[in-house]
Amino acid sequence: MTFLLFAEQMLNGLQFGIMLFLMAAGLTLVFGVMGLINLAHGSLYMIGAFAAAAVAGATGSFVLALIASLAAAAAAGALIELTVIRRLYKRDHLDQVLATFALILILSEGTRWVFGSFPLYLDVPSYLSGPVTLPGGIQYPLYRLFIICAGLLVAGGLFALIARTRIGIQIRAGEADREMIAALGVDISRLYTLVFALGAALAGLAGALVGAIQSVQVGMGEPVLILAFVVIVIGGIGSIKGALVGALLVGMTDTMGGVLLPRFFALFLDPSAATTIGASLGSMLIYILMAVVLIVRPSGLYGSA
Amino acid sequence: MTEPLLQTRGITKSFGALKASDAISLDLRPGEIHALIGPNGAGKSTLIKQIAGNMQPDSGTVHFLGQDVTALDTVARARLGLGRTFQISALAMEFTVLQNAVLGALGARGGVMRFFRPVMKDRALLDRATEALERVGLQDHAATRTAELSHGQRRQLEVAVALTLKPRAFLMDEPMAGLGAGGSKRLTGFLDGLRAEAPILLVEHDMDAVFALADRISVLVYGQVIATGTAAEIRANPDVRRAYLGEEDAA
Amino acid sequence: MTRENYINAGLTFLLVLVPFWAWSTGQAYILTLCTKVAILALAGVGLNIALGLGGLVSFGHAAFFGIGGYAMGILASHAQTFDPIMEWPILIEGTKSMPVIWLVAMITSALAALLIGALSLRTSGVYFIMITLAFGQMLYYFTIGWPAYGGEDGLSIYVRNSFPGLNTLVPVQFLILSYVILGLALLFSARLSRAPFGLALTAARQNADRVETVGIAPYRLRLVAFVISGAITGLAGALFADLNRFISPTMFSWHTSGEIMIFVILGGVGRLYGPVAGAALFILLEHLLGGVSDYWKIFLGALLLAVVLFARGGLIGTLAGREVAHD
Repeated sequence: MTFLLFAEQMLNGLQFGIMLFLMAAGLTLVFGVMGLINLAHGSLYMIGAFAAAAVAGATGSFVLALIASLAAAAAAGALIELTVIRRLYKRDHLDQVLATFALILILSEGTRWVFGSFPLYLDVPSYLSGPVTLPGGIQYPLYRLFIICAGLLVAGGLFALIARTRIGIQIRAGEADREMIAALGVDISRLYTLVFALGAALAGLAGALVGAIQSVQVGMGEPVLILAFVVIVIGGIGSIKGALVGALLVGMTDTMGGVLLPRFFALFLDPSAATTIGASLGSMLIYILMAVVLIVRPSGLYGSA
Repeated sequence: MTEPLLQTRGITKSFGALKASDAISLDLRPGEIHALIGPNGAGKSTLIKQIAGNMQPDSGTVHFLGQDVTALDTVARARLGLGRTFQISALAMEFTVLQNAVLGALGARGGVMRFFRPVMKDRALLDRATEALERVGLQDHAATRTAELSHGQRRQLEVAVALTLKPRAFLMDEPMAGLGAGGSKRLTGFLDGLRAEAPILLVEHDMDAVFALADRISVLVYGQVIATGTAAEIRANPDVRRAYLGEEDAA
Repeated sequence: MTRENYINAGLTFLLVLVPFWAWSTGQAYILTLCTKVAILALAGVGLNIALGLGGLVSFGHAAFFGIGGYAMGILASHAQTFDPIMEWPILIEGTKSMPVIWLVAMITSALAALLIGALSLRTSGVYFIMITLAFGQMLYYFTIGWPAYGGEDGLSIYVRNSFPGLNTLVPVQFLILSYVILGLALLFSARLSRAPFGLALTAARQNADRVETVGIAPYRLRLVAFVISGAITGLAGALFADLNRFISPTMFSWHTSGEIMIFVILGGVGRLYGPVAGAALFILLEHLLGGVSDYWKIFLGALLLAVVLFARGGLIGTLAGREVAHD
């Protein structure tokens, strides 16, 4: 394997990891602050992608499409929180799982009803398409580079928001002690709606950004959701830092495993068997990673015991 | 002197800078009630957890029946014969009172991995459970759902479940908490008789009960045992008076 | 008799009456639907042991359903091509015999449950939900990427497997077979919940401290429950594959896990007949609403949401009241 190919795959892994972080951040925030497990987070990813595709189709503007994805997902998140989710905070995890699974059924079928079963396409704008040459002679698609930078920017903004701002202080306080911050006069239900909408907006943005590389279709959020679960199990539920580390680990492992394992097996197996076994094992690699983390640290890398 | 049944040797446990247990050495001898008292935050719960096996000490050992049990978990210590009751009732709330007692009898007898015969028709288990309920005076409530019991009755049931285990030593965490004066007096009388069966390490806030019952009292302050002795000795101990009453001039 | 017993008896009566009517009027399609209800209910009976009795919210039971299905598919496909599964170190050939297939399905899914359970049960709560979900998905992606048995497209089996003395291709005979197995599983599940194991397991769900304090390790109880639960759901998977004469990775998908859970919840979690009522309701809805709209799952979602938010006992809980028998 050449260095160039290796570097390109590393960047792909990084890009994948950062998109996973945008998904996982919302999930882990919602769990950390409200104690809620939200299976419908993948639907918000899908809503973001559909909103972006629809707006891009109507206006031709990619910037407007991204703004639409943020707005639509945040609005959908706030609406869901106000109508359904807030009834679930005091319920057990089983009820939360079932109710949010029900939301997936409603949102997926609803989207299919509105947009039909055929995938939509969101085009990469011309000013972001084509390859760029990076230091070291690495040719890399400009759009993927844009995703990496945009994702890093958002991640940095999120960390700053939580570390520096008033709302961030309230979020951190909410994780530590709900009654206390309510007693201090913070409007807890408004805070919850806000946090949920924020997580939804991040998921929606991820959906739109990835939607331009893949197709936009019903059910697109589900594989990502499950990977995001793996991410926060590895990172430790409730920890944003854990989500970042976990996302990069999973993104890298998945991408590099898929590339390296078939080559590894090709060393001592015939090519077709090596490809098959390598690909199958590659798809299982992150789950094996998760199992190993669980054996060593049952509450994740940055989880509190 | 008789060999102690239960003993901690130099148990130390820190949480950051806080020493919750500071080289605690305690023992429980056959036939006695040994009360452990101390102000809130003295480290009583931390100590109980280390004795019961919920928490590992940083250093020091726990001995039970002459055996070092420091490395054993709660399940293993219970099987050896450590009968514990909780400060906040730990009962299966959906079960009937009798089912909770039968669970204790089942744990004591073993044979949990049986899948076909109805457990509530097992004579031996029922007898043992009923006997325990009778001893604490809950026999009339056998068919009541545990969630419907009063607070005091739950405390009684806690003790009954511990009795079904026929333990070699009891570890009771504030059994009087929340009982009315009458209930507290009745339980005091019951524990008084129980010490002949197995000694009791009793953590309790109810000082009337402690001074009425305890053969020996240990006082825990800031993770340290500052005094151990009979009720009279503890009353007269200047360190204890200082800790509890803040009497600077007591000495 | 409690009200729940009457409801169970009524349900049993309906579940016998409907196929009898369908059989006497020659409606094979209804018979197949009833068979499907019985098999899906069986999967739910399996999950109910972990979820209802043990309080283990497994979102990965599709793993066992799929393993059961693939056990059937692999054995039967090798039998239909007369190509042994393995020749070395021992010769293993395919088979079309249902009892053998069932046994293999149960053993393999029990082994998988042992492995997945041993890891997942180290955690609890929301971690447990996510991890079981993730392991289920792992097998889903594995079967998609595994070309030997059809990969993503799945695999058809041409002839239904055989059971000694029966012609399983006759719908009513396969239906009776499925009913008998469901009946046995219900009987087993009823005995289990009243046995010492059931008492300790349900106690561990309510208060793990209590169980530890009487000298019983909750982890072992839960692991055994998870294994039994997985084996029964695996058996259901084998039967389901036989009903459709088709296996595909969809059996492993997390929607399958969610649906098995829906059977249990719609019917009433922890109730003996909950999965039966839930599966019957599910198939009924699919049949009725599916005819009205292609997007019938919107209504299913709305119903599920309503049950979770407003009718927590499910169908049986709503009809029979909160009281659970204590004998």
